[in-house]
Amino acid sequence: KIEPLKVTVDFLKVPLGLKKPPLKEALAALPGKPKSHILERHKARRSDAMDNESQYSGYSYKSGHSRSSRKHRDRRERHRSKSRDGTRGDKSVTIQAPGEPLLDNESTRGDERDDNWGETTTVVTGTSEHSISHDDLTRITKDMEDSAHLDCSRHLGVALGVALALLAFLTPLAFLLLPQLLWREELEPCGTPCEGLFISVAFKLLILLLGSWALFFRRPKAFFPRVFVFRALLMVLVFLLVVSYWLFYGVRILDSRDRNYRGVVQFAVSLVDALLFVHYLAVVLLELRQLQPQFTLKAVRSADGASRFYNVGHLSIQRAAVWILENYYHDFPVYNPALLNLPKSVLSKKMSGFKVYSLGEENSTNNSTGQSRAVIAAAARRRDNSHNEFYYEEAEHERRVRKRRARLVVAVEEAFTHIKRLQEEDQKNPREIMDPREAAQAIFASMARAMQKYLRTTKQQPYHTMESILQHLEFCITHDMTPKVGARYLTAGPTIQYHKDRWLAKQWTLVSEEPVTNGLKDGVVFVLKRQDFSLVVSTKKIPFFKLSEEFVDPKSHKFIMRLQSETSV
Amino acid sequence: SYLISFSFQQRIEIHKLRQGDNLILGFSIGGGIDQDPTQNPFSEDKTDKGIYVTRVTQGGPAEVAGLQIGDKIMQVNGWDMTMVTHDQARKRLTKRNEEVVRLLVTRQSLQKAVQQSMMS
Repeated sequence: KIEPLKVTVDFLKVPLGLKKPPLKEALAALPGKPKSHILERHKARRSDAMDNESQYSGYSYKSGHSRSSRKHRDRRERHRSKSRDGTRGDKSVTIQAPGEPLLDNESTRGDERDDNWGETTTVVTGTSEHSISHDDLTRITKDMEDSAHLDCSRHLGVALGVALALLAFLTPLAFLLLPQLLWREELEPCGTPCEGLFISVAFKLLILLLGSWALFFRRPKAFFPRVFVFRALLMVLVFLLVVSYWLFYGVRILDSRDRNYRGVVQFAVSLVDALLFVHYLAVVLLELRQLQPQFTLKAVRSADGASRFYNVGHLSIQRAAVWILENYYHDFPVYNPALLNLPKSVLSKKMSGFKVYSLGEENSTNNSTGQSRAVIAAAARRRDNSHNEFYYEEAEHERRVRKRRARLVVAVEEAFTHIKRLQEEDQKNPREIMDPREAAQAIFASMARAMQKYLRTTKQQPYHTMESILQHLEFCITHDMTPKVGARYLTAGPTIQYHKDRWLAKQWTLVSEEPVTNGLKDGVVFVLKRQDFSLVVSTKKIPFFKLSEEFVDPKSHKFIMRLQSETSV
Repeated sequence: SYLISFSFQQRIEIHKLRQGDNLILGFSIGGGIDQDPTQNPFSEDKTDKGIYVTRVTQGGPAEVAGLQIGDKIMQVNGWDMTMVTHDQARKRLTKRNEEVVRLLVTRQSLQKAVQQSMMS
């Protein structure tokens, strides 16, 4: 029971939230654990470097990528840096004994949390009498999912980010306008140079606006469990920049009522330039740095061993995880648990034939390992023919699949010959003219049986409902595809081509020994877990290539015959 | 017991036979420093670019004198034949003013060695 609870609690994790998720109240009923290891928790709390299970969920929400979240993270970042003194990089580990409640971090912190909420919610005890039933959790989960978009915390984050953006954007304008408003009479007249500067300010602001729109205002593709370090950095930078400019402005210009308007305008222009450079820095840090491939990631699915290699650049572990997942959905064949197990007839109980008797003294621990080793060794030596059965079973299955597939292909080809596209010159009465859907339905009947048998043999029937097959047929017919496409569709394809239900939740858990905001390094291994299987990702550095040059003169290609003559004398 | 294989050198004196305008010796040679040594079926070391006897005509002067197929010719009338081109070798063997050529040959002969050791 722990496993499903754990998973649904994962849904409730709010990585960025400032407010408590409602579940906390519910779970607060759990008995509070004595603060036996509060100390180590406190020490290890805000540090990114924890052996933890961070959370990654696939809600596409704006806050992942917008400046708002950066701003929000920036606030948390500064809180964090204040409250902690450089314990980043600590590898202290919180050991959670099972049966522990989750929520004592509330009592020790104010409104900053949520990293810890993430860390400590991974174990939900099913043994306490205060635990919630599964139904309650699913109900709350649904509410959470539905209301995810209205989550106040995220809105707050977005709002803050937008506020910072507006502040940065409007500051130059304010710099320009305030002298005009406040002490217009005293200002020296400023002719052409000022006008030139006005135009340049206008266009630079426009460029900044477009650039920011292009870079930041995108739908986020993922929720990251941890703050995105570069974004936080940029937020801090922008904030500091704007604040320092305001400080200077306030002291030098407002207080002293500077009359040199040209100087003021140049001051504003310099701010805009600085903002553009920060934007350039953002482009380089967020987009460009990761482009050049530096590492090769090998992703292996634990259930059936399907593996792929990917080249990535400098990324943090969480971003690399997102990258891997994006590629997973279109590269890996869909996970089909029915195909995993050996048929029961093959797996015989090999060990059952042996009984181990212990003679002599009763040293239990030694004996147990010794016993198991003896049994394994004996079983290995015993001659068994299960590999034979496996081989013949496989060959038989292969044959059956091929036969069914041949039948299916023939049926599909025949079915497609029944319809053809309406040409302009054909005269048919309206009753006989069909739209693609009806055409699909018309021909589906003739191939349904063969299709069903094929799907059953390859154990794919849960992935293809009749509705989905009809839709695919409609698609093929509309685009004049040959029947081969229709038949090919039924081989196991990548996960993303199936209906959303089959994606089996976009809920993944990132398990890593290193803090997930660390960059990738050679030898880093992290695991992306789901209920039934996990993706184990290991990193290898791309080797450094020493490329040397060799010049070949085109005229140097000369050849002679190989001689082996025989002369008689 | 183990097999002994050794090569030994033999001096062979061939009297050329006159056939029309030519003096023939009655065998064929292969090899030379300008040839491909890996194609030589008779050499033990495939980088050996020496001159080898590739054919011996039946009843010819070479066979009569005792030359055998697979022999490596080391010297002809005192001239070294281990580092010559194919054409140079041919020329040294077919000098028009010589009627007798004295060859120093070496032969990989396992059979002979075993036979001789058995006989003795």
